[in-house]
Amino acid sequence: MGDFSSKTIGHIDREFIHDLIKKGERLDGREFGEYREVTIEANVVPAKAEGSALVRLGDTSVVAGVKVLVGEPYADSPNKGVMMVTAELSPIASPLFELGPPKEGAIELARVVDRGVRESGTVDVEALCIEEGKKVFMVFADVYPLEYDGNLIDASSIAVNAALMTTKYSEMKMEDGKAVATGKMLKLPIKNIAIEHTVSKLGDSLVIDANLREEFVQDCRLTMAVDQNENFTALQKGGGSGPMSLDLVDQAMGMALDSSKTIKAIIDEAVKDVE
Amino acid sequence: MSPEVKPDFLISPEGLRIDGRRPDELRPIELKVGVLKQANGSASIRQGKTYIIAGVYGPRELHPRHLTLNDRAYLRVVYRMATFSVPDRKRPAPSRREREISMVIANALKPALFLEEFPKSVVDVHIIVIQADGGTRCAAINAASLALADAGIPMRSLVPAVAVGKADGKLLVDLGDEEDKYGQGDVPMAIMPQTDEITLLQQDGFFKREELVEAMQMGINSCKYLHELQKDALKRVYVQKTSDSDGEEFEDDLETDLGDAEIMGDE
Repeated sequence: MGDFSSKTIGHIDREFIHDLIKKGERLDGREFGEYREVTIEANVVPAKAEGSALVRLGDTSVVAGVKVLVGEPYADSPNKGVMMVTAELSPIASPLFELGPPKEGAIELARVVDRGVRESGTVDVEALCIEEGKKVFMVFADVYPLEYDGNLIDASSIAVNAALMTTKYSEMKMEDGKAVATGKMLKLPIKNIAIEHTVSKLGDSLVIDANLREEFVQDCRLTMAVDQNENFTALQKGGGSGPMSLDLVDQAMGMALDSSKTIKAIIDEAVKDVE
Repeated sequence: MSPEVKPDFLISPEGLRIDGRRPDELRPIELKVGVLKQANGSASIRQGKTYIIAGVYGPRELHPRHLTLNDRAYLRVVYRMATFSVPDRKRPAPSRREREISMVIANALKPALFLEEFPKSVVDVHIIVIQADGGTRCAAINAASLALADAGIPMRSLVPAVAVGKADGKLLVDLGDEEDKYGQGDVPMAIMPQTDEITLLQQDGFFKREELVEAMQMGINSCKYLHELQKDALKRVYVQKTSDSDGEEFEDDLETDLGDAEIMGDE
């Protein structure tokens, strides 16, 4: 196989991967619906971040950290706090990532993970209000990929949710127009958890959690955020312009549902000891 | 937004520091080599609560082209802090401080490298500060130097670095966050241990001439100790473990090709 350090891939490699898939096999011997090993280290930035997690998905790894700040609410939602996810594709993670302002890939990653968190109502933003129209909590979850071997979206989604679940911040109250810490530590008001699952289409086949080589030859991918009650709360088709039939989309949703319980259980297990 | 409280004293009546260290004592340090699979070389450092990862790519083609040097490789160092590495969320865009530190780190590492072996190419050193608790530029140099060695960039020596500072009138090695904030000065420095030549030297605060000389001497001593830690970290990964070596157990958290370890076989 080639070295995959540039954005092109040889025809031989492309055909090899497609032929394997046609035979029902994957490069690393996984089933089509099988994730790579997921490991989560919760609370890796205990001294400075309010919540954090380092997630490994095979040879892909990302670290996510949560900062809780006090700020002013947006004019159109005076009684709501702010929840926001950002991501940066730092060149430390891959020879494919370059220095400079965020490109499409980084913006899509941040927005897709953000959508998964926001649309599922993960954090109860109304409970983040300190005084209506004056002060609210602003929760920032920032993602830094460390190693890129495919499927950054799922790794980031797992990391952000695990980091949010470990987040502890100081309660604030208003005194003479200023927000003052009461000293009491609060957990984030989490209402729901939706994890994103990404399925790649290669030819007529679907595989979950594609590694970098599979991503190179995929026709497209479909990312689905699935919450604990098996609702779909966000979808994103990307990673190429290949079309997908309704039948394949339905099949992909089935694969996401099949994995959602297992992944959620791994997250719950990782964050349960963080006090 | 975590509340920061100024401590009552930085040196206790018994002469110990705020975290119980002696004046010339470093914080607990953990160095790991080869922590990133995608990078050509990588290393991480935990120094007290400071946690930094460095990755090296190259020598490889340089973009943009106008930075090309005809007689040697361009050493591009990018030091960045994660937004969540500090008490207040750092703004995501690179700050002037990060740019300056990137430059001084590059200057600290350059004298140790045979960059003239790779004309017109680039060696990229990417550094991410995951958690900042004082002494990040020095910790970053310690990790970056190891990552360059891991990437196989030919070098004269590793480059250890440490910050010496002053608090309550006493010289202290390896300042922690509070000592840095409320002390009277800070001298980050890096050396090449074979010759004791200094490759990074900065200073802020108030020092008399003799104090500075003493501080630098303390720094050189600590750097020598750090140099031993750096060598140990490399050996843990590159020196082949024989089957009958019982006592020392090296943890193996990376897939290193031990078949190539002969290069280090002069131990």
